[in-house]
Formats: sequence, structure tokens, C-alpha cells
Amino acid sequence: MTTRSQDIPDQSPKTIIERFWNRSLEFIVSIFDVPFRYLQRWMGMRRMPYIFVIPNLLIFGIFILFPMLLNFAYAFTGGSNFIPTERRWVGFDNFSKLLNCTNYFDPNTCSQDLFWRAVFNTSGYVIAQVALMVLVSLLTAVILNRRIKARGFFRSVFFYPVLLSPIVVALIWKWILQENGVLNGLITAIGFESVSFLANANWAQFWVVMISVWAYMGFYTLILLAGLQGIPSELYEAAKIDGANELQSFFRVTLPLLMPTMLVVLVLSFIRAVQIFDIVFAFTGGGPGTATQYLVQFIYDNGFASPTRQYGIATTASILMAGVLIIFTIVQLVLQREDNE
Amino acid sequence: MKPQRLLILLSVLVITALLITACGGSDGPVEIRFTIYSDGNEAEVMRGLLDQFEAANPDITVVLDEVPYQTIDEQLPVQVETGEGPDIARITNFGAYRGQLLDLLPLLEDDDYFTNNFPEPVLAAMRPDGDTNGLYGYPDGLTVTGPFVNKTLFDQAGVEMPGPDASWADWTAATAAVVEASGAQYAISVDRTGHRFAGPAMSMGATLIDSDGNFTVDTPGFRAFAETINGWHTDGLTPEEVWLVGDSVNSCIDAFKSGELVMCMTGSWQINGTATDVGDTFDWVVVPNPSGDGGSTGVAGGAGVVAFADTEHPEEVAKVMEFLIQAENYSQWSAQTLFLPAQTDVATQGVDFATDDQNILDALTVFTAEIPKLQDQAVGLNVHPFAFAYYRNSADRISQYLTGELTLDEALERLQQDIDDAIAEASG
Amino acid sequence: MATISQFLGRTRGVNRLHSTDLFSYLYLILGTILMFGPMLWLVLSSFKSSAEIIKFPPRFLPYQQVMVDVDGYADPLPLFDVQIDGLSRQLVQIDLDGATATMIEPTNPSNTYSVRVEDRIPVETISFRFDNYVEGVQSFNFPLYFFNSVIVTVAATLLTLFVNSLAAFALSKYQFRARQSIFLVMLSTLMVPLSVILVPVFLVITQIGWNNNLLGVIIPAAATPTGVFLLRQYMLTIPDELIEAARIEGASEWRIYAQIILPLARPALAVLTIFSVMWRWNDFLWPLIVLSRSELFTLQIGLNSFQGELNVQWHLLLAITVVSLLPITVVFAFLQKYITTGIATTGMK
Repeated sequence: MTTRSQDIPDQSPKTIIERFWNRSLEFIVSIFDVPFRYLQRWMGMRRMPYIFVIPNLLIFGIFILFPMLLNFAYAFTGGSNFIPTERRWVGFDNFSKLLNCTNYFDPNTCSQDLFWRAVFNTSGYVIAQVALMVLVSLLTAVILNRRIKARGFFRSVFFYPVLLSPIVVALIWKWILQENGVLNGLITAIGFESVSFLANANWAQFWVVMISVWAYMGFYTLILLAGLQGIPSELYEAAKIDGANELQSFFRVTLPLLMPTMLVVLVLSFIRAVQIFDIVFAFTGGGPGTATQYLVQFIYDNGFASPTRQYGIATTASILMAGVLIIFTIVQLVLQREDNE
Repeated sequence: MKPQRLLILLSVLVITALLITACGGSDGPVEIRFTIYSDGNEAEVMRGLLDQFEAANPDITVVLDEVPYQTIDEQLPVQVETGEGPDIARITNFGAYRGQLLDLLPLLEDDDYFTNNFPEPVLAAMRPDGDTNGLYGYPDGLTVTGPFVNKTLFDQAGVEMPGPDASWADWTAATAAVVEASGAQYAISVDRTGHRFAGPAMSMGATLIDSDGNFTVDTPGFRAFAETINGWHTDGLTPEEVWLVGDSVNSCIDAFKSGELVMCMTGSWQINGTATDVGDTFDWVVVPNPSGDGGSTGVAGGAGVVAFADTEHPEEVAKVMEFLIQAENYSQWSAQTLFLPAQTDVATQGVDFATDDQNILDALTVFTAEIPKLQDQAVGLNVHPFAFAYYRNSADRISQYLTGELTLDEALERLQQDIDDAIAEASG
Repeated sequence: MATISQFLGRTRGVNRLHSTDLFSYLYLILGTILMFGPMLWLVLSSFKSSAEIIKFPPRFLPYQQVMVDVDGYADPLPLFDVQIDGLSRQLVQIDLDGATATMIEPTNPSNTYSVRVEDRIPVETISFRFDNYVEGVQSFNFPLYFFNSVIVTVAATLLTLFVNSLAAFALSKYQFRARQSIFLVMLSTLMVPLSVILVPVFLVITQIGWNNNLLGVIIPAAATPTGVFLLRQYMLTIPDELIEAARIEGASEWRIYAQIILPLARPALAVLTIFSVMWRWNDFLWPLIVLSRSELFTLQIGLNSFQGELNVQWHLLLAITVVSLLPITVVFAFLQKYITTGIATTGMK
């Protein structure tokens, strides 16, 4: 808020809303200030962070962490019952069932062939998708951060698909890409043979990557954009004075300062990619054959989708998957930290 | 300050709204909860019937909770198991809730009427082991699988339509000839599910379920139809996306409705939608299931209405159920939903279906004629407690065979394993 | 090289059109087509009849065959362009048997013709079927479901913002013993897909007694690790000196959070708001398992009940999908602006 708008009473709707907003905020802040001040006096400033994390930690603990630990109870038991205490103890049976392969590179030799197919499909998908996602989002964010006309409009455009539910995304693209779809309509109209995008394994895998980039890139672009805008313009000017050209200042100023944000994008897109499920489920259903069957679908299929549930297998697979992910993330974070030092 | 007051008012409003929604519930008439899903107008028709029921029983209200089918398949079992289920539900998997259902036998005014009017295999499918006469629910309609054929394309191509005794090979050749001559896109297809697959396989001689209720997939008939479908794919006769793109609802009917597919093997539930969507664009008929070494059979199917044992109002629930199975009410349901009746009384009287579309009536007649031809295993399949393990896994494994990921031998072996695993897990 | 450097540069300064601008605009226009084309197609399809939706080749605009009222026939009959003996005329069809249609003149019903199907072309006009919307909205208690969705979305978003930002503040601006472990545990739960813990959470909710209670939908989702992660990462960039200065002036920790950190974290908060609104509004599996009574159902449940076991009522599903997109679109349009201006005025220093 500049001083000018405070001096001259401006009755435009925008400032009225803004003032209303500020006053209400102040009101809420002062209500909460009383108990918090008391707490602080009682506990001392150093212990305040504990107070601050408690609400989040409580909800998180009860509704996320505890259920997750409960999952272990399923992994070591068998049967189709949901109540953990009514299940029969099977020890590591589920783990050995999932990991039972004569040749780990040939899913056909595994007792749970679908699990291993899912593992390979997921790895390929994650590599392709994360790389493409980071590149496209960074490029888009850089372009959107330039002084372009209708910037607000273009930002909304790229972000909008993020708002769609996965089912809607899958639905739209299925109709575009199916053999009798819009894209093939265009292809045949200009005189080419139609392509069965969904019934061909390579095409299906390609489009799954493209569609998830289409659907989620707005999310990462926005994060990167916020990061780009957080870089003080003084630094660019300083770099200019030092004689850096704009390419150099991109690598010397933008990229290093964007690194924390890039890390967010990398980690989040990685996690999201590994968990790819609902879009693909409604888009290809895992087909053709098992070409687009990924891990979470395997888990879901075993845990929910059939009335004869193999909940032990599902949770065991999820534990294995989470374990691998956690290791990856820790490595990523450690590497990042070493980079910074 | 004004804004502050407004804010307080707003927060008070939100909190009261939350409290009101949180508390809810009131005394008064007994409230029965009925969870239902719809393929078409079922919820609407059921509401109409329940309104009549409530008028006759002012002390009972029945609230209809309409949910996506997915809920019935995936969430309802969890809710029922934890005691959070509804009082009544419309379900498709008759065997899934054995032991959790309410036995209506001691609660009904006339339990003989109930017992005598519904097929014994369906009633038996809902009973827990050892129970021989309990009544837990009823089938609300009977569906039969069978092929839809585009008659206009046949006439345009000048190809004679194969007769009632024709085999799948005859139909494949005939529809291929139609495509050749008429320029339609595809000849022949079948819905992607083990359910629709089973009819032709059984007609080709497959014994999928033996008399003890055990599944055996590797039989010559089963192989023969799997190879037939594979032939359709290699010869480019079939819309590939039906079988290769997995999905919960994956029917060839859309391709058929658009006029690009000559023959689609689906089921009687598609009649109404096909009539509406095709309209006057082409002429279509339903034909008897093609024959083979095993005869000519479709597969029965259909949803049912069951009551759960956890209900707090068993007597009122029984009243609702008894009302719904009465001939006059059941036939009203059948007439408006266009389901073939599974209630003997209604079936013998005949249903005056609520349509004047001759195509629909003709199709219903053909499907009705398919019912007596059903093999025992074709009736038993749908109510088999592990039918759903077979439906889903067979579609997936066969599509792996069609894409070449697995050989037919491997696919059948895996499929047998999948079903055995599911059965072992559930009984363990 | 100069081009790339120009392009990557944040500011361009001069007001003439450079080749990098050309590239930028080209990219943006292409992006717009790619992003909005499918959306436009969704909206147009929501005005089609269920038969038109599955038509091949697909058409962009919704068409409908012209139906004509004819004396002596109860229902309107479909109109076709027909070539008979080299003459073209418009006839209505009264019957179709195989490939032969029986047709009459709409003005003179006694004149019947026998026409091959390939000789008749339907007369169609562009017509938007608003019936899809009317029927869709009427097929369940739309206002109630909508209201429930709003309650859930608003309450959960406010709670998420509050709880997450408090935690993120603690995790980014304080040195305390449990800090690293709390952060790591939260981060690691990000790895487990939510669909995997649905059943255990359902058991927990049942124990608490929040079944069929909107609280059961609002509260469990509030402590999103993603939100904490996002906010913490952003708050790390806020200089500690500001906090020190405020402490010297005697501000309480709460005031530091509420009046220094929060305003500075506005861009990140706005981003989280959008996400939270979107997550809660589109959430489907969670409400489905917690809520089984229709008076508590949210819009997504109503929307998805058009999906049966054997049939999907696409025309209704699409129409209600478009309706359900409107509110988040409005929220987004509003906040989008707020982000753009908000970042500019907070002037991160």
C-alpha cells in the first residue's frame, strides 16, 4: 500500500474491499493474540514453535500418520476382513509373495507379474514425466514472467487445467484421442490414415505422459513463477553493473535463487508422478494390455477394486513403494544440501 | 467498526450452519436408509414406489441415497463391515455380503410368497453357509446377454443375416462381408468383461463352473472364444479400443450406436439407451445367441435389493422389502425401468412395458426367449460369490493375450491363479 | 546466443518487438489453443444429445435433426433431404425397415415414398440442448449438494491455511529440537498415496464417530503435508532480520506470524488457497466413503451418480461437470488477479 492512497480518501470498490479485508484481519489477529500472548508468557518464546506445530501435527497424526502405521497391521496379516484385529497373522508372506521372481527383469517369471510390470512402467513414466514437466514448467514460467501483454490472461490459461478433476481430464482426452476421436477426425480430414493412439502400447504411454503434463504443468509453473517474482530486481541490476549479459544473469542470479523453488518442483512432481493413478485409470484403464498400469493402480486394484480384496498385498506394495520413495527423497535432499554448501 | 460486526455475524452464521449440519437427525417416523445406484431411471422409479409405500405406512419414511455405482462396488462393503452401512441397498454382487444380511424370513407376513416367486439359486447365493431357507434379498430384474445387430447395414450390403442356429464363425464371416460391401468401420465386437465373454465361451462348450461351483478357465470352449476374439483383432474386424483400453464400463455399444459397428455382443440392459440414441438413423435388431458345441446360451445377470443385519429397524425394513416384491409393485418397477422381471408371478402375467417403441418391444421379446435357453452355469455365474474375481481378472488377462504380452497358455494359467488366490484370501 | 540471453532475461527494457517476444507470443498462443481447446470442446459437448456425443466423425458444434409435426402423427417426425429421380425434396420418415425407409411429404402426408437409406441425408440445425442442464440439475437435490460442497470447501480451506501456515512458520523460522524429524516425517507421508490409507482412515473416523458428518470430510484433509511443504519452502526466503527487528520492538510471536510472515507469504498462501479449494471441491473418494446420507452429499457425488454399472449418462454428466467447474473458475479468476498484483505490491525485500 503506497502512502498516496492513504492520504487521499479513495472510494473505489477495490480500496473499500482492501480496507475491509485489512480491518477484519486485524480483528482476527487481536482475538487470537490474547491466548497466544498468555501462552507465550507461560511457556517462553523458545517453546512457541511447538505450540504452532501442534494443531497441524494433531490432525496429521490422527488422520494420516496413524492410519499409515495401521497399514503395517494389514501387511503382516491375511484375509479379506477390514478390521485389523480380525485378520490372521501371516508374517512376511505378503512381502515374499510380491518379491518372488526367478528373474527380476522379466515380470512373467514373478508370482505377482502385474506388480513388476507396474514397477517397470512406473519407473519409465516417472523419468519421462518429471523431466518433461520441469522443462516445460520452467520455460512457461520464464515466458510468463516477461513483460508480455495480457499476462494475467495467459497465466490463467496455463493454470486452468489444474482445476479440473482427474476424471474430467481423462474424459476429455479420451474423446480427443480415441480411434473415432477429434484428433483422428483431423488426421483423416487432411488425408492421413487414422492412428489408434489408445490401443498401441507406445502411443498410450506417450499420451499418458503428455496428458499429465497438460493437466499439472500449471501447478509447477505457478510455483516457479512465484519463485521468479520473489527474486529482487536489484540483483539483476547489480549483475548488469557487473557487466553480466542477460544469459549470464539468468545462470548467476535467476537459477541459483530459484533453486529452493526448483527443489520443491522436483520433489513434488516426482512424488506426484510416482503416485499417478486416477487420470490414467479413467483414461486407458491401464491398457493396452498392461502398458500403462502403474503402481498405485496395482494397489488400488488389489485393495478396493475387486470385491474379493487382497488387502495384505495392496498395503505391502504401498509400503514397499513408500520405502523406495522415502530413500529417493532423502538422497535428493542430501544432495541438494551438499550442493548448497 | 462495521466490518468487524459483519465478520462476527458471518462467523456465527458459518458456525451455526456447521452445528446444524453436524447434529441433524430428529424424532418422528422411523427412518429407513436405502442406498441405490442407477444405470438409467431406477432411482426415480424407486422413489415413486416408495412414495406409495410411505402413503400407506405413514410411520415409516424411506430415504433414498443415490450414489455412483463405484460406491456400491468399493465403499459399501467397507461401510457394512464397520457397521456404518444403510438399512437397504441395491447391489450387484449377491454373494459378497453373506453373513451380514438381515434374514427376512421371520419378519415377513407371507414368506412363502417371497420364497416361491424368486429363483432359488439367487436366494441361495445370499445365504451364509449352513442356512437353507433364509431370505435376505431379491433380484430386481433379470438381464441376459445377447448380440445387437445393425439390420440397415446388412440390407445395404445385400448380405443375408445368419439364422438362429448360426455359429460365431458364421456371424464373423457375415459381418465381415457387410463391412466389405457397406463401408462400415467395424464388423463385430463383444463387451470387455468376463461376463459377456462367458456366454459365447459356454456356447462353444466351455464348462466354466462345475457342479461344485469351482472355476475352471482352461477349457477348449473358453480357448475357442478367446481365439475367435484374437482373430477379430488380427483381421481388423473389431474396434480395438473395446478390449485393449481397460475401463470399468467398456462396452461396444457406443460404436454400435454410432452406426460404425455391425454386431455388438452386449446385453438386455442396453435396449432402452440404444433405442433412444439410434432413433431413426438406422434399423437394429437383437438376435438369439449364436450356437456352438455347447448349444446357445447367454449369461444371466441383474442387480438385487438386500437388507442389512445391522439395521435398527428390522421390522420396518421387512415391510419395505415385502412391499417391493408384491406383484403389482414389482411389475410397476419392471415396466418403468424396462428390466425383464425376475419375479415369477410378474413374469407369468407379463409386463406391460412403459414404451410404445416397437424396436424396444421386439428386442425385449427376443431376450425373453433367451431365458429358458440359459445353461445352469450361465445362471449360476452371476450369483457365484467369486464371480467378480473372474469378471475383472479375465478381461485383464485376455487383453494381455490380445496385445501379445502373454500367450494364451500363460494368460489362462495366470487367470486361474488370480481366481484361486482371491478365493484363498477370502476364505483364509 | 544473444537471442537466448535476451529471452532468458527477466527485463527487456526497450519497447520494440524482438524475436524473443515473437517466440514468446507464439508459444503462448499455441499454449492457449492446447489448454483451452479441449475445454471448449467439453463445454460444447455438454450441449449435445447423448447420440451426438458418440457420433463419428465428431463435430465441434452441437447439431440436432429437425423434427416436424405432421397431421395424423402423434410424435414429431425426423426431416431428411432426399434425392428422388434427380429431384431433391424434404421428406419425413415414418418407418425404417433394414435399408429401406418409408417417407412422406410433411405437407401432404398421403404421398408415401420408399427411399434407400443412402439416399437420405438428415436435415440438421445447430441447437444447444439446455435440457441437459435442466435435467441434470433436477435429477438430484442440486442446491443442497452445492451448499454442502461450499461448506466443506470453505471450512476446509480456512482450516488448511491456518493450520499449515502456523506449522510452516514454526518449521522455517525456529530452531528447535524436533524440527528436522517433524519435517521429515511429514515429508515422508507425502510419498504414500491417499487412496492407500482410505480404509484405515475410515476406521479412525468411525471410532471418532464422524461418519455422516461433514467434519469427517473437513478436518482429516486439513493437515496437508503438501501445503506445509509449499509454505515452509516459501517462508525460508523471508529474511530473519524482519523477525528480529519485530521482537526487539516487543511483538509477540503470534503477531510476528500474523502480521509479518503471513502478509509476506501472501503469494504462497494464495497458491495454497487455490489448491485447497480445488482439492476439496473436486474431492470424490473421500466424501464417498465418509458420507452415505444424501442430505450430506457433495456435488461430486451427485455428479458421479450418473455413472451406473452398465451405462454412463454422458450428456448429464458433462452438463453438471461444466456447472461444477463454474465456482472454482470464479475463485480462481479472483485469486489469480490477487496473486499477480499481490506479489507486485508486497515488494519482497
